[in-house]
Amino acid sequence: MEIIIEILSGLHPEVDFETMDTLIDNKILDSFDIVSIVSDISDEFDITIPVEEIVPKNFNSAKALYAMVERLSEE
Amino acid sequence: MQRNVLEYLEQIVKQVPDKTAYANEEMGYTFRQVYDYSRSIGTCLNKGSFYKEPVVVFMGKHPREIVTFYGVIYSSNYYVPIDEEMPWHRIELIFENLKPRVVICDSSTCQRLEQLSFHGEILLYEELIAYASEGSVLDGIRDRQLDTDPIYIVFTSGSTGVPKGVVACHRSVIDYVDTLSDILGINQGTVFGMQVPLYVDACLKELYPTLKFGATAYLIPKNLFSFPLQLVKFLNEHKINTVCWVVSALTMISSFGALEKEIPEYLHTVAFGSEVFPMKQYHLWRKHLPRARFINLYGPTEATGMSCYYEVDREFTDGELLPIGKPFRNKEIILLDENNLVPEQGAEGEICIRGTGLTLGYYNNFDKTNEAFVQNPLNKVYPELIYRTGDIGKLNEHGELMFVSRKDNQIKHMGHRIELGEIESAANQLEEIKCACAVFDQIKKKIILYYVGELSKAQMALSLKEKLPRYMIPNIIEDLEEMPLTSNGKLDRVLLRERYQNKNQTCSS
Repeated sequence: MEIIIEILSGLHPEVDFETMDTLIDNKILDSFDIVSIVSDISDEFDITIPVEEIVPKNFNSAKALYAMVERLSEE
Repeated sequence: MQRNVLEYLEQIVKQVPDKTAYANEEMGYTFRQVYDYSRSIGTCLNKGSFYKEPVVVFMGKHPREIVTFYGVIYSSNYYVPIDEEMPWHRIELIFENLKPRVVICDSSTCQRLEQLSFHGEILLYEELIAYASEGSVLDGIRDRQLDTDPIYIVFTSGSTGVPKGVVACHRSVIDYVDTLSDILGINQGTVFGMQVPLYVDACLKELYPTLKFGATAYLIPKNLFSFPLQLVKFLNEHKINTVCWVVSALTMISSFGALEKEIPEYLHTVAFGSEVFPMKQYHLWRKHLPRARFINLYGPTEATGMSCYYEVDREFTDGELLPIGKPFRNKEIILLDENNLVPEQGAEGEICIRGTGLTLGYYNNFDKTNEAFVQNPLNKVYPELIYRTGDIGKLNEHGELMFVSRKDNQIKHMGHRIELGEIESAANQLEEIKCACAVFDQIKKKIILYYVGELSKAQMALSLKEKLPRYMIPNIIEDLEEMPLTSNGKLDRVLLRERYQNKNQTCSS
């Protein structure tokens, strides 16, 4: 989880990613951010994020991103 | 001879009045509605005694914004689109330059405008389109109009921190639309999927050819450009067959592997520009859409839309770059070296543009205009302007133009043209900041801002968001103890860029 917060904070140092759960709905993350996040997460966790997972609900909060990483790591 | 871009609309409304012209995911306007509503807006602006002056259009990306543009043209004023997401500081700078007497809003943007110290008239779209149009009034305006009269102003980044407003007229837009439509092969069956925002001249590609041929243009919601499969589904759902997108929007689809799952099956014409198309991503597109046409476009806002094109007609290897090709009909590209002479075949020179397509210059800014729109140095015998792009180019062995680099600190990021100086200026205006320097990582496409001063990175990010549009916000912010300078006292961008790249290499190894 810490790694994910760190990745997100690198993009938007002023946002509290511990609590914010409307990152997409409130347009905090844009397409550039999504591309960076997917690339950083893939590198850090050594996983491949399939395109079906790149949907708004997986990117709305750090928690949702973490859940996705957990799920993909198990598979 | 056509003198007004609205003649496209007046022709087509007789042919296909009930066809959808502009739509989004929820609604659409027919050509008849576009015609009726824009004439109402035009009449109403005339009744308000607005004539030959800037009319600010402050709306969300929506078909009604396009209708408003045409309404403004009907009244012989010129539209100035301001994005609803633009920060206040930038809007204020633009208003200082324009000194507008009137702003057109919709119900969703009207409240935001109240935050601004604007004392002119605020008109509401919903009320304007309810106004009864008067043909005799509009005909009278048309009679007095020249094809050299302005139709829009779009603002582009300025290196000193003040945006520059590029003014274009009917003549240059007609010249552009006619040629572009031929190149793209637009006809009544064309269905555009619009990616670009309406506050840049890139949207001319869809707006006016749609009127000229009775095509249909869908405005794609911005958030879909973060989610590739949803985006491809949108394209298929609306049978979109033609796109003119920034490269990053196309590579977002291909790099995430979306094309392996679902292809945009109706797409037959893919035009792109503003940035280099990474060859690996281009090959993915080619592989999945083997029959589609791929067209690389190039051109500065100052020469109205695009000025050069290259339709891919041969194989490229991964290390090669796509050419920007040859000039549009009725435009000429001249390469000039530092002595204002044409360099030898294959040698580099500044890309300069000649032709009717040149815009009128920068609004209320003769100094900047005179720096960039200059007498053609090859012509010593009569007045003839060229626009100096500041881009360096050369011809390849096929005689095609290749983009090489920039003369200055202008970059292309996510399809937007950005002066690094404008970002630095926004940071330097903060009291706590002693010095700031922005650099661009070409490989990873990231803007990095270095600064010296008593301010946390989070505060810096927040402050910049108040001053700069979203696409100019640095992707990485780093504070420094001291700013590296070159031997003659200038910011050492090269060293900063190297330092950033070295740091990244250590991290990933």
